[in-house]
Amino acid sequence: MKAIVFILIQCLIPLLTFAKTWHIGEKHAFKKIKEGIAVAQNGDTILVEKGFYKEGNIIIDKSICFLGRNMPIIDGDRKFEVLSIKANNVTVEGFKIQHSGYATLDDPGGIKVYDSERVNIINNLVYDNFFGIYIQYSKNCLIKNNKIIAFGKQEQEIGNGIHCWKSDSLQIIGNDVRGNRDGIYFEFVTHSVIWRNTSVKNIRYGLHFMFSNNDAYFSNIFENNGAGVAVMYTKNVIMMNNTFKENWGDAAYGILLKDISDSYIYNNRFLNNTSAIFSDGANRIVIEKNIFQGNGWGLKVQASCMDLSMINNNFLGNTFDVSTNGTLVQNTFKANYWDKYEGYDLNKDGIGDVPYRPLSLFSVIVESNPPAMLLYRSFMVSLLDKSEKILPSLTPDNFIDNNPLMKSLKL
Amino acid sequence: MSRIIRFIILDILKNRIVLVYTVLLAAFAWSAFSLEDNSSKGTLTLLNIILLIVPLVSILFTTIYIYNSAEFIELLVSQPIKRNKIWISLFAGLSLSFVIAFLLGVGIPLFVFADPNIAIMMTTIGSIITMVFIAIAFLSSILSRDKAKGIGVSISLWLYFALLFDGLVLFLLFQLAEYPIEKMMVFLAATSPIDLARILILLQLNVSALMGYTGAIFKDYFGSTLGLLVAFLLLLIWVIVPFLFSLKIFKHKDL
Repeated sequence: MKAIVFILIQCLIPLLTFAKTWHIGEKHAFKKIKEGIAVAQNGDTILVEKGFYKEGNIIIDKSICFLGRNMPIIDGDRKFEVLSIKANNVTVEGFKIQHSGYATLDDPGGIKVYDSERVNIINNLVYDNFFGIYIQYSKNCLIKNNKIIAFGKQEQEIGNGIHCWKSDSLQIIGNDVRGNRDGIYFEFVTHSVIWRNTSVKNIRYGLHFMFSNNDAYFSNIFENNGAGVAVMYTKNVIMMNNTFKENWGDAAYGILLKDISDSYIYNNRFLNNTSAIFSDGANRIVIEKNIFQGNGWGLKVQASCMDLSMINNNFLGNTFDVSTNGTLVQNTFKANYWDKYEGYDLNKDGIGDVPYRPLSLFSVIVESNPPAMLLYRSFMVSLLDKSEKILPSLTPDNFIDNNPLMKSLKL
Repeated sequence: MSRIIRFIILDILKNRIVLVYTVLLAAFAWSAFSLEDNSSKGTLTLLNIILLIVPLVSILFTTIYIYNSAEFIELLVSQPIKRNKIWISLFAGLSLSFVIAFLLGVGIPLFVFADPNIAIMMTTIGSIITMVFIAIAFLSSILSRDKAKGIGVSISLWLYFALLFDGLVLFLLFQLAEYPIEKMMVFLAATSPIDLARILILLQLNVSALMGYTGAIFKDYFGSTLGLLVAFLLLLIWVIVPFLFSLKIFKHKDL
């Protein structure tokens, strides 16, 4: 009975609502967006036709659906914040939003969401703004399939692509972020997901995470960012199926793990980074089934880390698989595949009979004395490494994988 | 002059060692590329060949060859030929045959398997390294009349450049770790042809670890076109200076 009543009510809802659609454009009654917003009621739709709209700061303070047809351009004249959203239940879709102002005090963005819930920002081209999309004190927002392009030259002259601050339950899906300071920035953002985004050639980090607990990011691509990806001062982060590629430079990392705990790094691909994972003060982290290929350093573990477990990873063609700066090792390596492993497997169970020591003497030397990199691939160094492998004296002897795999895992 | 060069090359071919050297290099190179699953590992194996075997064979063979052809040189000197010409054609003949051996042995597989840029870089550097060690052999063999001593000097020089020099650099690095020594290191690297060759090739190979701090410094110095030119010039100086010294001694030497 209850179900029937519910269905009946559902059927009646369209009869009860009187939502209108307001058209804006050259050929319509309203020529300006602001006029349309002024007359719209909660629940209405504003449909903006193709055109160029330069109206200063446009504020959406009603629960409306704000749609662009054929990518109308909204321009901030390099003075204003282009679009400010100050209401719940707003959808913004199909605009080209460009040229916001530059101000370091109030951080104008292409689209900025203030204290709102259930805001959807979909399919926009956010072009050459100070901040791209800025979310603050908001909940349950969806940011999907936007393209955010900026042309920052220096860190202090440009904002972040997708900047999220003090928010909860956000979904950042399928966006393409280029040329900003940080591609995606999370500070005090919880229970959120970042999925299938591409973050390329940003000046600082591709993804910047701080004080943001209980988040997850899946299937993203972070490529060629100034400093890679940083996950800091955070716990319970899940990082899965991402690709970290070609983050080059002395301070560039595939992932920088700084004071992070209880997290899970699974099935990611680290390709050709200077350092794939740099962990400092990281605790209780499981790093499982990842591919480390062609990196300078596969894993840099500082002595301040505890209970890192490296399980079932593939290490292929890295210059150094692992390096550390101390002698205290409280991390475990189990059943990884190391392409530098030279042991044998007599009983043919796929597990090498001789333990593997991933830490080479040369990596210890380079860690304490970076210019020693000059001697990389020199015959002298190979000799030293070989003798250290046979009789470990300088490298910590519990830095060891007791059951290295003979064949690489199919990941 | 070209007749003397031709004569020397024929003489070296008759000796068959260069042929064996070519076949050996080729065997190494082809197996390096076909055994390793990716070509970058193969190039690294070849890098070791260029840095160790090529210098050793060039310096040893040349030293022994010069001592053995002492009578031939005396015969030539008694003819109306300038001493300059004799010594230069001797150098040209040896260099040509060894560079051709290197190009046939290592160059062909490199161009077949490796990236063309890397192949060009490695063949050029390998050829220059061959000439560098032939020039050094000329100097060490002219310095003393005693064959055993000359060969000893050659081997020690090879040992020094291939092995001891790096140990020395490592030692210095540790002693001076407290100081900003990066620039000095770049200068130091330039004082050994093998190190110079190694760094030049490694920069071409785009090893990710070299993108770090130190790598950035090398890239600054050796990565730019100007740096590359300077590095090649330095390598050429390593050919020219020892040879000119030996030429100067040869011109006035009482044979």
